[in-house]
Amino acid sequence: MSTNKNSPLKKTHLSTSGVTLMPAMEKVKDNCCDPVSIHEKPGYSLCPYVDGFITTDTGPVPRIKTKLSIHDRISTLIVRCGINRNQYRVAPGLYGVGQPDKTSEVLVTANFKLTFDHLRKELAPLNAWILVLDTRGINVWCAAGKGTFATRELVNQIQRADLDKIVDHKRVIVPQLGATGVSARAVKKESCFRVVYGPVRAKDIPKFLEKDRKATASMRTVTFSFVERIVLTPVELQIVLKPALITALILFILSGLGPGFFSFSGAWSRGVTALAFLLTGMVSGAVITPALLPYIPGREFALKGIIAGSLTGLAMLGVASSAIPSFSAGLALFLFCLTISSFLAMNFTGTTPFTSPSGVEKEMKRHIPIQLITLVLASGLWLYSAF
Amino acid sequence: MKEFRHLEAVSTLMLDEDKCIGCSLCTEVCPHHVLEMHQNKARIVDFNGCMECGACVNNCPSGALAVNPGVG
Repeated sequence: MSTNKNSPLKKTHLSTSGVTLMPAMEKVKDNCCDPVSIHEKPGYSLCPYVDGFITTDTGPVPRIKTKLSIHDRISTLIVRCGINRNQYRVAPGLYGVGQPDKTSEVLVTANFKLTFDHLRKELAPLNAWILVLDTRGINVWCAAGKGTFATRELVNQIQRADLDKIVDHKRVIVPQLGATGVSARAVKKESCFRVVYGPVRAKDIPKFLEKDRKATASMRTVTFSFVERIVLTPVELQIVLKPALITALILFILSGLGPGFFSFSGAWSRGVTALAFLLTGMVSGAVITPALLPYIPGREFALKGIIAGSLTGLAMLGVASSAIPSFSAGLALFLFCLTISSFLAMNFTGTTPFTSPSGVEKEMKRHIPIQLITLVLASGLWLYSAF
Repeated sequence: MKEFRHLEAVSTLMLDEDKCIGCSLCTEVCPHHVLEMHQNKARIVDFNGCMECGACVNNCPSGALAVNPGVG
């Protein structure tokens, strides 16, 4: 360092035998011209996905990285397990990728961090603006259905970002699935910006822009592949964790009832067996049915759940046969398993991209009574088998 | 989405072809290709594919489409 003749700091170096005594000074000098640190504000820290700022007529706009960090990927896994899912968000407003200018496209998205990451990792080759709407940390399609990814919020963010001073054109690209909450005509009327509906998936955006903002039929179609289904299953299990714990508690109490009114050893031994069938029913309805959805016969999810629950229940009866003393006990556990499976499979209708509310309502009206009857039947048989 | 089907004949989707002005925006926003353009008018080609998301209704400039899925 002391050999650096160009350093303006060399006069301040108190160097003895080539040892620099004040290395921190040079560090300070480097930082003062850092384009990021000039935006530092007391009490604020820079988001890790921001790597600089773009100068615009309306002030600096954060430029975001198009490469996800290890931390982003780990956070994705955690959120996919349902942990911290509702607080995983980014600040709404305007961002940029690459070197956007007044001719660059404006891509609209939601402020769920999973959505934001999913979008930015596909934008490496582009110079574009990203307008993030405040959807309370919910993805585009669900937020559009619930009315937060909506005309009013889009108009609001267009105005807040002074978008007419950022770009010369009057055009924003809204993800196609946002159309459920956005009316292109109303946006045009209220903000003068024209809505162009982009592809369903972020990965098609570069190709969509290349083709003069024209989407092919496949870009406009929703899919629900095995991988797309399987990544949803941890959350399916996580959301029923609490009711499952309560059910387990009831199972142990129910299992203890017998000829001597209540037996703790009975509660334990029979309770563990019942718990095994509860877990089997949960995995069957919340993991196996979603994973094998198109291969399980039937239209109704509840019916698919009964089929999967029957098969896994039978398998479990085989595995645990030594712990099941009577036919009535076995029948009780089998009915219990398929009921849990049927209910959780029915629950999965709310996660799929193809069931209609009217269809789900019809299915629930038919199957909830069936599920209640089999549950009562299973409980009765389980109690009877103890005597 | 032809490989995934839920219940048949449950959707509340309705199209008034007389009101359609042929802008084709509904065919663009529908995620399941329920609508198609035919002689400058939209028509329903896959009624049972409709999931009542409301994207077409929301973007129809002439009020030709309606869907009423209740509470959902």
